[in-house]
Amino acid sequence: MPSYVILEKCDGCKGQDKTACQYICPNDLMVLNKDTMKAYNRAPEMCWECYNCVKICPQQAIDVRGYADFIPMGASVVPLRSSDSIMWTVKFRNGMIKRFKFPIRTTPEGQAKPWPDEWQTGSDDLKSPVLCTEPASLWLKEVPVLKK
Amino acid sequence: MQPFETVEVTTDLLICGGGMAACGAAVEAAYWAKKKGLKVTLVDKAAMDRSGAVAMGLSALNQYVGVGEGDNTPEEYVDYVRTDLMGITREDLVYDIARHVDSTVHLFEKWGLPIWKDEQGKYVHEGRWQLMINGESYKVVVAEAAKNAMKEANGEIYERVFIVEPLMDGDRIAGAVGFSVRENKFYVFKAKAVLVAMGGAVHVFRPRSVGEGLGRSWYPPFNSGSSAYFTIKAGAEMTCQEVRFIPVRFKDAYGPVGAWFLLFKSRATNAFGGDYMVERKEELEKWAPYGLAKPIPANLRNWLGMLDMKEGKGPIYMRTEEAIEKIATSAGDEKAAKKKLKELEAEAWEDFLDMTISQAILWAAQNIQPESKASEIMACEPYFIGSHSGASGAWVSGPEDVAPPEYFWGYNRMATVKGLFCAGDASGASSHKFSDGSHAEGRIAAKGALAFIVDNNTQPKVDPKQVEALKERILRPLALFEQHKDLSDNPDINPNYIKPKMYMFRLQKIMDEYSGGVSADFTTSGKMLERGLELLELLKEDSEKLAAQDLHELMRCWENIQRTWQAEAHMRSILFREETRWPGYYFRADFPNMDEKNWRVFVNCKWDPKTGQWEMMKKPVLNWITANK
Repeated sequence: MPSYVILEKCDGCKGQDKTACQYICPNDLMVLNKDTMKAYNRAPEMCWECYNCVKICPQQAIDVRGYADFIPMGASVVPLRSSDSIMWTVKFRNGMIKRFKFPIRTTPEGQAKPWPDEWQTGSDDLKSPVLCTEPASLWLKEVPVLKK
Repeated sequence: MQPFETVEVTTDLLICGGGMAACGAAVEAAYWAKKKGLKVTLVDKAAMDRSGAVAMGLSALNQYVGVGEGDNTPEEYVDYVRTDLMGITREDLVYDIARHVDSTVHLFEKWGLPIWKDEQGKYVHEGRWQLMINGESYKVVVAEAAKNAMKEANGEIYERVFIVEPLMDGDRIAGAVGFSVRENKFYVFKAKAVLVAMGGAVHVFRPRSVGEGLGRSWYPPFNSGSSAYFTIKAGAEMTCQEVRFIPVRFKDAYGPVGAWFLLFKSRATNAFGGDYMVERKEELEKWAPYGLAKPIPANLRNWLGMLDMKEGKGPIYMRTEEAIEKIATSAGDEKAAKKKLKELEAEAWEDFLDMTISQAILWAAQNIQPESKASEIMACEPYFIGSHSGASGAWVSGPEDVAPPEYFWGYNRMATVKGLFCAGDASGASSHKFSDGSHAEGRIAAKGALAFIVDNNTQPKVDPKQVEALKERILRPLALFEQHKDLSDNPDINPNYIKPKMYMFRLQKIMDEYSGGVSADFTTSGKMLERGLELLELLKEDSEKLAAQDLHELMRCWENIQRTWQAEAHMRSILFREETRWPGYYFRADFPNMDEKNWRVFVNCKWDPKTGQWEMMKKPVLNWITANK
């Protein structure tokens, strides 16, 4: 069923107006059932298995069960995402387990500076082909122009 | 039906979309808007951190020219793209992106995207134009910079607002309307210029998996043709609507093949060990001069594999085990080989985990270890994506210093409608911009749009009657459901309306069977297309009867109407082009050959908002940019 909510772990994000999974799902699939205060995937067949709900859930209450119409049973892939890296645990159908860890970013969260100070824009002309931070951000002295 | 509040927002530049191109547009627009005292507003149908085609992440940056390092020139990139698209490309647009994309990549790195480096500190190339990244949080990092830029320029961001229709003031764009998918609010955005970056289209054709795996399309299922619909409805001329894209990917879960082909130098062979790229060399001559170029165009590589399948030589396998063994043994002694093997294993898994996690589940579920077992690859279903090796999108002006008069009308990336700008999948005939080139094009288009605003600094008039009519029309599926819901026991089955899901299946069946989808082996003909268009007409009539139970379903209704218009533009364009030029994308059985004399042209189309008629036209393909002078 692609992503599914583990009922025992889901706390409905403690009655806030929206859950983390609902906030993040790019396909607007995760919803909070206000009666049970548990989230659910309203259309598993439209799920891309992007894992964004799994990664963001503060309770680790969401997992993915691979598409039943072509993925054999018994495997699982579980992420644990921190602020600078992600760890994956891959469990095979035959029981074998592999673990991988990869970096995800090199700067502190929230600190991406859109126009770095060292790359001053070389033109004030809205009609010139020089984009903001160029040409320095190109590692060139000038924006390339077509040789006539 | 519960009442809907109308929320009015007035701005200078409206950016529709929140993906890579829109984030690029936001960074650039915010910079210039801050200087010029202008207001920028961005609207995303999801949450910017994880919206658009890079929502899951990505394992490579597929366009890096390396001009600063002296590796390649933008002209060389133009040569590569022109050949891959069988001669049909806008050289000015491709050149323009190629000269700016490195700046975007360097910004990504500053913002925090980990790009692989070698021992000398140079980027690790996957192929000539591709860089390897640790891309799990690629979109998060890029969105963060966009949001920070918007904050510095006092811009506004609306998330979970779904844009539907353009607002017009005569022949000039005046804004856009849409609705919140969270609360009963109808949004009216009034703007001096609108930048469209709402992605390509998926689920127009029936996908291979139709059960639970329906959502496992290669491009994301939430790309529903919003860009194409918006620009067509505004009356903009469209181009390359016939140039769909069908990628060959790992079978079923659609994991990426780029790293295997380019980085690991893997071969793909048929079930008998034959290499169709070698054995079918002769076929390539039929598609000369493009078939004889290197690298061989993507659609022709597809085609050769398909010919093997037709002859019963499938399945086709990516020979991962062979490739890994080759690299590991060349690492040196046994110890070095073992170490290298471990490294390659992690790289192979990361490639999937960063961008197509389903493929990792599939490998684990089939007990596949790539170092010991080959994996099937297969052509997916057709998609509309102007940023990859497809080309569909709006016909836009090129840059003033590059474009000839035929391709230039005042402002870079402006469509043929005044004040309407396009980037990423929304702009056509500029393929191979991928994620980072789309970001660069978003920047280019934003700067063009702000130049337009400074020159045309008046708020277009919006007729309140036009807004009211659109509001009624857009919310109608909710009203229709309320009106008829009590008739039947099952809310999905009612003779008075159709729900969006079954509507989508009806569209997909028409496209699949009549327009050369998977079940038709990507083959169609004039007569099949004409019949398909008849059925599409009935579907369009029934689109008036779409019903929605809630806001989510209302979005689904409109997504599927958008898909329908993309479908129609596609069918009409395939019908108009009387030849077969991209045999690995679609095959016109009644015109099985390429016709350079008559069809080395762009096929453009335009829907007239006044008459409701489509106009089909040829536009010249001009060649003046090349590294091979």
